[in-house]
Amino acid sequence: MTFRRIGRGMQALTGALLLIAVWELVVASSMVDPVLLPGPGEALRAFRDGLTEGTLWTDFSRTIWRTGASFAIAVVLAVPLGIVLGASERVYGAVEFLIDFFRSTPASAMFPLFLVLFGVGDFTKIAVAAFGAALVILFNVAYGVMNARKQRQLAARVMGAGPLRVMVDVTVWESLPQTFVGLRNGVSIALVIVIVAEMFIGSTDGLGQRIMNAQMVFDMPQMYAAIFSAGVLGYGLNLLFIGLERRFVHWSGK
Amino acid sequence: MRAATKRVPVVDVARPAVDHVVVKGLCKAFNGTTLYADFDLTLARGSFVSVFGPNGCGKSTLINMIAGILPMDRGSVLFDGRPVSQTRIGYVFQNYREAVFPWLRAIDNIRYPLNFLPLSKAEREARVEALLASFDVKLDLNRYPYEMSGGQQQLVSIMRALVVDPQVLFLDEPFSALDYEMTLFLRDRLQHVLEGRGVTSLLVSHDLDEAVFMADEVLLLTRRPTTVAARIAFDAPRPRTAGTTVTADFVRVKAECLEIFQREVRR
Repeated sequence: MTFRRIGRGMQALTGALLLIAVWELVVASSMVDPVLLPGPGEALRAFRDGLTEGTLWTDFSRTIWRTGASFAIAVVLAVPLGIVLGASERVYGAVEFLIDFFRSTPASAMFPLFLVLFGVGDFTKIAVAAFGAALVILFNVAYGVMNARKQRQLAARVMGAGPLRVMVDVTVWESLPQTFVGLRNGVSIALVIVIVAEMFIGSTDGLGQRIMNAQMVFDMPQMYAAIFSAGVLGYGLNLLFIGLERRFVHWSGK
Repeated sequence: MRAATKRVPVVDVARPAVDHVVVKGLCKAFNGTTLYADFDLTLARGSFVSVFGPNGCGKSTLINMIAGILPMDRGSVLFDGRPVSQTRIGYVFQNYREAVFPWLRAIDNIRYPLNFLPLSKAEREARVEALLASFDVKLDLNRYPYEMSGGQQQLVSIMRALVVDPQVLFLDEPFSALDYEMTLFLRDRLQHVLEGRGVTSLLVSHDLDEAVFMADEVLLLTRRPTTVAARIAFDAPRPRTAGTTVTADFVRVKAECLEIFQREVRR
């Protein structure tokens, strides 16, 4: 049991170890300019020092905050609206084109518009990210509600549930697996947009801004450390949502 | 909403009418094909009626329209003169996997329909307790449906239909997705629980043995446009057991049903 678990852990780590080995090998063979590609040890040190002594943690937390805030706004707006739209295929049909169009529009293309609307402050970054995330969430919630299996709704109706009760007691639950697909995609889109916004719309902090600054002064270990942090954040959010989904949609796929 | 829950309707107690469910002039067409045209049917109070007929004659469609979950094109269905919205009904679907609520524990699935009756919390719990006692099965109801076998899920689904103490019970091929052992067990439980309750029951079955075994009366339908081919009574004493199926009476009723069925299929 335990041996097998250790074995599986080793298997999962193989890819990562292999990548670090290749990285080390490339650096040792001087195939690439050491200024462009510092060794993994150096990058890791920069990550550790950045967290313990430097400002990496500050930037990290700013990015988390912005991503969290934009995601929260997106959820508050998109989930109820998605349920309302999904409840009526006719209503959804009327706005489907709009949703698909804006969902297909790169959110980064909206930066200038949002800059004009909200100025260069923090809120602009949050607003663009919320916009991008909200559309994905809205789309998935609406589809989850629309495609909910009909039989459980019938079952509730035959027991005496009115339309509102059927919606609250059955349809919303039925749509949860699809809703979680939307939430997971939404949070990762929010993170992407926040990082890009931090790079390009007048930021003084955040991981995006840190990556840009490191690149401008050719502090490559610092840059790799910041990229790695962004990766950790994205991966962590994904894990968090998978965990939440298992907890709240425990019946999914069973 | 459900006005008939207080158990004091004078008419029902003093002089219960024999006719409980009355279907009149029912019409239904699908994509231009007439399924039912001016279909009439009367079900006696407390009788267990099995619906049997050729494929595609609309057995499920019929009970769905009577239960009010499928709209009819024309006609009326009345329960003691009242529409279905004023009647307590229970419905058991064939596909239990998509009928129980997987986000609720089994016990909460069973409790759920009580939300729609004007009962106090204590009364609800009493109802659930009484029902569980009458089923008399050992089953951990704190599990979620997906942690249970198919038969157990269908058992939960049957309990959910019965907990409201329905006036009419609809069973749409409730055993056809289950293995034989479970089917025998559930038939037996259902029979046991319905005993003495006087619930008017309507069972759709594609298994003639089952249809006859469960029934006070077998309702045989024709090919579409569907009419009643025959109504065959079966009054073997209850509780019926495996022994019932080898009695002369059972064999005779089954043979009679089969003959009518085959005549209708060939037509």
